[in-house]
Amino acid sequence: MSATTRAPAQGVARAERTGGRGQTLAQKILARVSGEPDPVPGQIVVGQVDLAMGHEQAAQAVLPFHQMEARRVWDPDRVVIAIDHWVPASTEGAAKLHQILRHFATEQGLRNFYDVGRHGICHQILAEDGWVVPGDLAVGTDSHTNMLGAVGAFAVGIGPTEFAAVLATGRIWLKVPSTIQIRVRGQLSRGVYAKDLILRILKEVRCDGARYKAVEFSGPTISALTMSERFTLCNMTTEMGAKAGMMAPDAATFDHLRGIAKHDMHPLEPDRDASYERTVDIDVDGMEPQVACPYSPDNVRPISELAREHIRIGQAFLGSCTNARMDDLREAARVFRGEKVAPGVRFIVSPASTRIYQQCLKEGLIDIFTDGGAVFTNSSCSACFGGNMGILAPDEVCASSSNRNFPGRMGAQEARIYLMSPAAVTLSAIRGEIADPREVV
Amino acid sequence: MQKVREGRVWCLDDNVDTDQLIAGKYLTIIDPAELRKHVLEGLLPAFAREAREGDILVAGENFGCGSSREHAPQALRAVGLGALVANSFARIFFRNSINLGLPAIECPGVRAIFRTGETARIDLERGEITNVTRSVTARFPPFPPHIQEILDVGGLVEKVRRELRAGGGEASA
Repeated sequence: MSATTRAPAQGVARAERTGGRGQTLAQKILARVSGEPDPVPGQIVVGQVDLAMGHEQAAQAVLPFHQMEARRVWDPDRVVIAIDHWVPASTEGAAKLHQILRHFATEQGLRNFYDVGRHGICHQILAEDGWVVPGDLAVGTDSHTNMLGAVGAFAVGIGPTEFAAVLATGRIWLKVPSTIQIRVRGQLSRGVYAKDLILRILKEVRCDGARYKAVEFSGPTISALTMSERFTLCNMTTEMGAKAGMMAPDAATFDHLRGIAKHDMHPLEPDRDASYERTVDIDVDGMEPQVACPYSPDNVRPISELAREHIRIGQAFLGSCTNARMDDLREAARVFRGEKVAPGVRFIVSPASTRIYQQCLKEGLIDIFTDGGAVFTNSSCSACFGGNMGILAPDEVCASSSNRNFPGRMGAQEARIYLMSPAAVTLSAIRGEIADPREVV
Repeated sequence: MQKVREGRVWCLDDNVDTDQLIAGKYLTIIDPAELRKHVLEGLLPAFAREAREGDILVAGENFGCGSSREHAPQALRAVGLGALVANSFARIFFRNSINLGLPAIECPGVRAIFRTGETARIDLERGEITNVTRSVTARFPPFPPHIQEILDVGGLVEKVRRELRAGGGEASA
């Protein structure tokens, strides 16, 4: 970490290796959880899992769990089930998935079940309730589990059969990844956000540039980011193909986790002489807002170019695990206050958790959005994945704060999705076309 | 596991993501036979209609990128593919495939030597994939031992079942 990092409240492990190649943060964590003192990239290690999270897809883990003839979940207190894709169930199929999970949770004594009413997007639940802490190995049945790496953890997405194996044994094999170091300096300009930074990085690293690799963020700009912003960055390391994205914990991390951490922390930092496969240096001074254009999250262009093209939209979506936390919604409300949604546009706002929903209610944000013609929904993954609500028709165009814009992601194969910051989504909803938030913030 | 497989080839290009393999609207489907009907529905509709058991899918870079949905390799397994080959795979998709016992063969450059409709022969032991139509061969490294062990028993379920039976897991304690 840079010299500007404040001393952490709880001592970060500083035992640095000398006279040899040091370890990255990913290696440090995998060494801790596997007991292998010096795991090298490419080596297979078996790690003890600190936290296992399942969402609806975990329903597909129940059958394999029983086929494995496992009787009990290895540690019910280390398992979180958080349903989020279809809450409350919007189809019979989703209702069955929820039913399977409720039954399994009862059978196995899984008390940490975030059912309808306490629900939120699974990653946000883990963040809000301190389920993942520095030094952890966390696994989840959603690909954006990477998000939790922002607390200084190794957080990785897995499929349901793998989840069943973790439930049965508490362990997972992992190939030790090489690491891409991303050093960021400079100050984000007004109207430019963590989302713009990660889109800019995606433009550099590309969609498969971090395949099988870890991404480690550092530098003064990262140190100055809030936890919410760090979650946004780590969230979209998934779009680079990364196995995990992370940054070393610091005072902001420990402040965030004070009083909510669910288990013991093992804060770790990379060695100063850590060996990185590649280092990407980004200077954000003067960087303008970025937009990922159809049909790939790495098809990134500066927003000023798009604003000149007057790209009309039919839908604006402010939601998803990437960008629907309080800071996102407050900034969007600041842009939207007193404004109206453009004719012919639907503006869908979906908070990342029920707790965020309640906070929006208290702060009057729901009034601001709905007075101007937006629809403020129950917390869920909402329109992000094209399977629940806010689905796009062929040839429709959507400005979205979410994380993917592949063909068919939000509905029709031909629909066009532009990914951008919450402020940019909101101004686009007001103008009816993709617009540069620097004009108003 | 059958060591030599020959089949008709279907080609796909780079970065085919899981949304295209199985769209979000089908994620509440659990039955693999039902999933199979919708595999690659938007990108290559002919595949679900015309793919036969033993066919071989040859893709470009980063195949299966995107979400963690196991529906994607499940639907491909339900087709009865003879093999799934790509220049490279996205990691969760790769693990999901192996866990289901579906050999996902990474063979850099393989996409360039095939066109849809040609015939491929794959020798898993020798690490060779041949375009029989054009007599061109590409080579790939064998699976590392721990992955081969999973494939040899038909997938992760059976592997963990055997380990638990042998007393290797806390869950059986």
